[in-house]
Amino acid sequence: MTFSDITALLQDQFSFAVNTTNTQPYLLVQPADLVPICQFLRDDERLFFDQLACLTAIDNGPESDTMDVFYNFTSIPYEHDLMLRVMIPRQTTSGDLPVLPTLSHLWRTADWHEREAFDLVGIRFENHPDMRRILLPTDWEGHPLRTDYVEPTYYHGILNK
Amino acid sequence: MTPAPPTNKTADHGLMLMHSEDLLNWSRASSLWPLTFGLACCAIEMMQSMASSYDLERFGIFPRPSPRQADIMIISGTVTYKMADRIKRLYEQMAEPRYVISMGSCSNCGGPYWQHGYHVVKGVDKIIAVDVYVPGCPPRPEALIDGFLKLQEKIRAEKPLTGDGQPTLINPADNPFDQ
Repeated sequence: MTFSDITALLQDQFSFAVNTTNTQPYLLVQPADLVPICQFLRDDERLFFDQLACLTAIDNGPESDTMDVFYNFTSIPYEHDLMLRVMIPRQTTSGDLPVLPTLSHLWRTADWHEREAFDLVGIRFENHPDMRRILLPTDWEGHPLRTDYVEPTYYHGILNK
Repeated sequence: MTPAPPTNKTADHGLMLMHSEDLLNWSRASSLWPLTFGLACCAIEMMQSMASSYDLERFGIFPRPSPRQADIMIISGTVTYKMADRIKRLYEQMAEPRYVISMGSCSNCGGPYWQHGYHVVKGVDKIIAVDVYVPGCPPRPEALIDGFLKLQEKIRAEKPLTGDGQPTLINPADNPFDQ
């Protein structure tokens, strides 16, 4: 199934923006629509997206004040794929981390991918079963792949330079 | 015509005179048992050094699974801050005399992570005392073997009984944990 076929199938039920100018076309989805669309992508017999191949979180910096999360899905039997993009505000009014709904109940892969995005970029995934750091030590402060991240001078008494 | 079998073992009743320090140094330098662990791609070269082609065992070097039995620690790769605590603890669990070979650029100074490696210790000598630095990224097995030979030279020059030279003791002034 091609990208336009998939888009046509989704258009009746969901609202999203389509980007075809990118080298790899994608659908821009609102955070609230993410879980219903993903549920459909996985469960519909014609689509059968049985694999979440990749989850990428990107910090666009304080100027644009946004963050992106890209989801890459693959259907192993049908050999077609799809990319979704979700854009969320970088700063929340309460000062907490930006929030997205988890996909870990749909694809087990999302569990560790979302923990990685939380660890390095600082996005909290709601209803995740185990939202804690996966790579960095538990007492690490900050999220290092944010553009405004400042490296610590010391960690456990070890000078960083 | 077959030669007659030997009637005497040649070393029977033999006598050897040497300094006890030389004997200690000889035994230490001839059985450097490293602690079995690897950190990154340097560990692949370390494993290759221990395998049949390079065969570190011909120098008396073969890995031990416990820090209690190990004489030497090969820091074979990138030392992350998360790993630094573990490395320091393993080092402290080793009995003295203990030696450290820092293998490769990451372990020597942070290597390619020098500028943007928020997670990398900028040289393992910030946490434990290093005896020999082996350059390379990663060093070839020949370079690691050369590091061992350099360490053996260093051990042979030690005075373990008369007290001169304790190269594995960390200088308190350089120890970041005491500051």
